[in-house]
Amino acid sequence: MTVWSRLRPYVMVAPSIAVFSIFFIYPIFYMIFLSFYNWDFINPVKEFVGFNNFVEMFQNSEFLQVLTNSLNYTILSVSLSIVISLGLAMWLNREGAWYGFVQGALFSPHIISLVSVSLVWMWLMDPKFGLLNAILEMFGMQKLDWLSSPDSSLLSLVLVAVWKGVGYNALIFIAGLQSIPKDMYEASALDEANRWRTFYKITLPMLSPTLFFLIIINLIGSFQVFETIAIMTNGGPVNSTNTLVFYIYEYGFRYFKIGYASAAGVVLLLVVGLLTLVYFKLLSRRVHYQ
Amino acid sequence: MTTASKSIVRVLNVTAMLVLVAIFVIPFLWMISTSLKSYSETVIFPPKWIPSEIMWSNFAAAWNSGPFLKYLMNSVVVSISILLLQFTTITLAAYAFARYSFKGDKLLFGITMVTLMIPGQLIFLPVYLLMSKWGLINNLLALILPFSSSAFGIFMLRQSFKQVQEELIEAARLDDAPEWKIILKIMVPMARPTLVTFALFSFIAHWNDYFWPLVMTTSDAARTLPIGISKLREVDGGAAWHILMAGNMILVIPILIVFSFAQRQIIKAFVYSGVK
Repeated sequence: MTVWSRLRPYVMVAPSIAVFSIFFIYPIFYMIFLSFYNWDFINPVKEFVGFNNFVEMFQNSEFLQVLTNSLNYTILSVSLSIVISLGLAMWLNREGAWYGFVQGALFSPHIISLVSVSLVWMWLMDPKFGLLNAILEMFGMQKLDWLSSPDSSLLSLVLVAVWKGVGYNALIFIAGLQSIPKDMYEASALDEANRWRTFYKITLPMLSPTLFFLIIINLIGSFQVFETIAIMTNGGPVNSTNTLVFYIYEYGFRYFKIGYASAAGVVLLLVVGLLTLVYFKLLSRRVHYQ
Repeated sequence: MTTASKSIVRVLNVTAMLVLVAIFVIPFLWMISTSLKSYSETVIFPPKWIPSEIMWSNFAAAWNSGPFLKYLMNSVVVSISILLLQFTTITLAAYAFARYSFKGDKLLFGITMVTLMIPGQLIFLPVYLLMSKWGLINNLLALILPFSSSAFGIFMLRQSFKQVQEELIEAARLDDAPEWKIILKIMVPMARPTLVTFALFSFIAHWNDYFWPLVMTTSDAARTLPIGISKLREVDGGAAWHILMAGNMILVIPILIVFSFAQRQIIKAFVYSGVK
């Protein structure tokens, strides 16, 4: 073997590995390092403070609210999105031009920029002149404050997330449903099992890899929500929609507390890391009962 | 079931489908309708769907409210550069991972898989510091370099390279074809569907991206279309919904047109990326 043929694979992967190491792997370690320092980004000296940033953070009621907001947002949007999209998938998993069209309409928000989605929904939810309140009034219901009240702001963002996300989730579910062998259903039809029983005994277990994949992917995605908040609410009113990534952004770029923001970043790292581990564990165990 | 109850079920089914489609289409129609209204018609309640006079001038007003040509050019340059760089880097890496076994290949592929799970929202702060140290803030390179390879692309392409028949490659090697020729003449054509899928996926993601350009820029020099559109909120104290929706159309319409032509392909691309 020539030297070149031995070297070749390394040369071929080098550009990619360099990009991943410099822009993804190294920054993780740099962020962990920074979380132990006080630094305002301008001062050349970083002051080592040990775990102070973390202590300060968990004593800060604002941060605790941010964490609660993130959890509420994530749990609500993921559970709603999964349940609704599973229902839609069972309903729309049929051949035919019509079903294709409906699936396309459902999916369209997924390829639209979050900027557009946020702006359109901000306008739909306008308390005075928005379409949503006009529809509520048409049905004789009370107008809502949507984004402008701390009681409904987070729920309004959940609504937008579900609207944007169900189409994608439903199509993944449909792909999962189509991979279930037809003869399993034929067997259960012979057994005269009712629909619910068929769902619990066949569909759900066979769909479990897809289900777990979607739950984890949605959890990771929801915990990083940023765009809708930055555009629609700016974290308000009164911090009711301030979530983790927006909080890191504000502390880093508005208050220049780099160490503190990095400490909040480490919390996000732990959440994402944990979910990723669970995902790979499940993947290697293959959640499947055939 | 009797024929009567069958047709009732069918009517219910069609009605439910229409409601469902409405939920997803009405926001877009509302955007189009607003973008063609005059200001005074955006502030009436209950709202009107059809404007009494079509205000095409809203589009010019939106376009002229900022350096939109600059934003558009930046968006085009960033998405296309990313795509071209990614094609090069992922083809090379995927070929190496699929076709060679070498010391440390597991570790290097592991690094790739870990990267697949690291979102930009997690590492933007340290990467910002890095870019600022290199003087790349407000430079398009800060928007391009971190995405000049793609872990997801390598993962996808490696799968399709592995499926290329061994005989084809052996035959080429017997003909003394150099490796670069095998890649370009055999592997890339065989993996064309995967590359198209990946291209759609990557282009849409970076064309739409708001987060990364937002955190890596502080001036209009390197800002992209999504940032420009979001800044239309500042026009007339944020109440100019007709201008905002007109600007929004500029961002949405190209994607919707592409989607209506390549719907099947795009849906396949995204679903594939989910199912893997």
